[in-house]
Amino acid sequence: MKRSMQLLLVVAGLTAAGVLPARAQVPQIQYRAVDALSDFPDDIHLGEAAGVARNSDGEIFVYTRTGNPSIVTGASRYVSHGGARLFKFDSDGEFEREIGQETYGALYAQQVRVDSDDNIWTVDQMSGQVIKYDPDGRIVMVMSRKPETMRVPQRPPPETPPAGQGREGESFQGPTDITWDSQGNFYVADGIRNARIAKYEPSGKWIMNWGTRGAAPGEFDVIQGIAIDSQDNLYVADWGNERIQVFDTRGVFRREMSGFGAPMAICITPGPNQVMYVSNSNPPDNLDVGGEIYKVALDGTILGSFGTAGKLIGQFGTVNAIDCRVENDLLVGELGNWRVQRVTLQPM
Amino acid sequence: MRQHPSRYCAAIAAALTLAWASQIEAAQALAQNVPEIPIEPVEGFIKLPEGLYLGEGIGVAENSQGHVFVYTRSQDTRLFEFDENGNYVREIGAGLYGFEFAHKVRIDKDDNIWAVDEGSNQVIKFNPEGRVTMVLGYRPPAVDGALAPEPSDKWGRSGGPGANEPYLFARPTDVTWDTEGNIFVSDGYFNHRVVKYSPDGRYLGQVGSGERGGEPDQFSTPHTIASDNQGNIYVGDRGNRRVKVYNSDLELLAMYEDTGAPWEICISEGEHQYLFVSNSNSDSNPAASWDISGEVYKMELDGTIIGRFGEAGKAAGQFQTIHGMSCRNPNELIVAEISAWRVQKILVASEPVF
Repeated sequence: MKRSMQLLLVVAGLTAAGVLPARAQVPQIQYRAVDALSDFPDDIHLGEAAGVARNSDGEIFVYTRTGNPSIVTGASRYVSHGGARLFKFDSDGEFEREIGQETYGALYAQQVRVDSDDNIWTVDQMSGQVIKYDPDGRIVMVMSRKPETMRVPQRPPPETPPAGQGREGESFQGPTDITWDSQGNFYVADGIRNARIAKYEPSGKWIMNWGTRGAAPGEFDVIQGIAIDSQDNLYVADWGNERIQVFDTRGVFRREMSGFGAPMAICITPGPNQVMYVSNSNPPDNLDVGGEIYKVALDGTILGSFGTAGKLIGQFGTVNAIDCRVENDLLVGELGNWRVQRVTLQPM
Repeated sequence: MRQHPSRYCAAIAAALTLAWASQIEAAQALAQNVPEIPIEPVEGFIKLPEGLYLGEGIGVAENSQGHVFVYTRSQDTRLFEFDENGNYVREIGAGLYGFEFAHKVRIDKDDNIWAVDEGSNQVIKFNPEGRVTMVLGYRPPAVDGALAPEPSDKWGRSGGPGANEPYLFARPTDVTWDTEGNIFVSDGYFNHRVVKYSPDGRYLGQVGSGERGGEPDQFSTPHTIASDNQGNIYVGDRGNRRVKVYNSDLELLAMYEDTGAPWEICISEGEHQYLFVSNSNSDSNPAASWDISGEVYKMELDGTIIGRFGEAGKAAGQFQTIHGMSCRNPNELIVAEISAWRVQKILVASEPVF
């Protein structure tokens, strides 16, 4: 069953309620959007589309917050169950299969990324785990450990956050994203309750951390995403500080860029002429601020923007993920609207 | 610093679905000497496949083909579709992220299916094929843990975040639409308001002070909402034991105060529309409630009472806390009951017996 919702949008002149003073000078990119996914079995629905990524064949992976996340009282502890699922779709967006059914660490989807060898990596905010699946969908690496018990009542209030440097090793506290350098080392944005980037060898062995909570260079206030360019520069979406910080692979601060709101989803295109997409996602409780996505040169020059917050096709409801494997053919995952849109941009 | 989404006060609804132990007092209607309308139950109307059971009958609605949609609190909250003869057709939204604690299902004029869930604090629109096409409200992030946030009521239930937030609900109860397709949500147990959205889900305004109260501009648990052909909005203000009528700009037009506590209201289709109001007996079945509540009133839209039918009880044709009513055909009601875990079809005579 093909979903019938298709809407062509011409957005020249479409403006969101004053988000950024500089907004008026940002070129508007024309685009059209369609619901990207179809052919769902009747008993499978997307919840919040926290992560979306394509592999080299264009097949689509979505890590979603769905089902019934629950904590039950065991004999000795509160035990958590369910709440996140990983689905695979073909390159046309037609449902293919589920991956990782009932796995231990799938509690609260945060992100999914596909590496250069088509391995699929999920990041789960609640279990604090990063799971690597091979292209066949079998688990080949587990990073960090799900807490044996969930804290009930909830954790201490976030008004008094710890410094967030994290441990030497794993023990992620609200991880959000992952990326890989040209040597296969990988970097985990341990970014919500910690404020660090953790670097690992391809084997999973810890190398180093950097970052602490704050606003100075090299400090973070909620890292929502991380991406890397072909020169192994790391771009860290420092959401609370409304900037992207750029580091080398040893964590040395290089520069920062801003002017595109609070970066939530971040993606860098492959190929020789790389560009970056950054979402200034609206909060899930507000359709009247933000919502647009920026196209940014790697030097920080804003090339253009598109979209606004809303529930219609062509609008965005709290974007949490962007796949930009093809520069002008994006997949956009939304928390608020429980969907993935395929967004075709007019080349600039 | 910005407020991160995961920092909202939150609860895992599944862990909070405490036993519903409402102690709402039964309400005796003020109306006196109301004529009785004869009714007859259609026995065995809903036919469930082996292995499938209804839980609490929370919401029921019919589409233009007469198919019956039942939103029930079972082991999980689930939404089922039956055909016009009560034969099981399918489940809709199995395992849905927004299904935690059913409160209402309604069908709009285009046969879209709308579920109101007070466990996830969301209103979810499905197209007729049963796929989600719009989501209102935001489910608190599970990652924030399972403590009921403040404020909570004396039973420890909480509305969750967002008292009077434009895009958040706190135990919403029902949904309806005006003739333009604007969306009205009764929000509900904690915010005591009715919120208006554009057809594409943008906040337009609200009525209700955000505090429980009995003044004309206040609500005490707006529990059910319906609309007529003119786009007027009828709100069952349960705690205040009145039905309030607004135009689609949310200006108060009238209040009907003599038919008890409106647990559920519905408005029939056609040129001559009728308003049905259920003065349901209390869900905890206190003995006294059976004698003074449990009946349904049939009214003209202007509030004139035509008659009443039904009584509290567990037998077929009696009612155990009606929580959902569908009355597209005013002579054939479909009724969902909390305490009896059932959905009944009730044939209602068109005229009362004098």
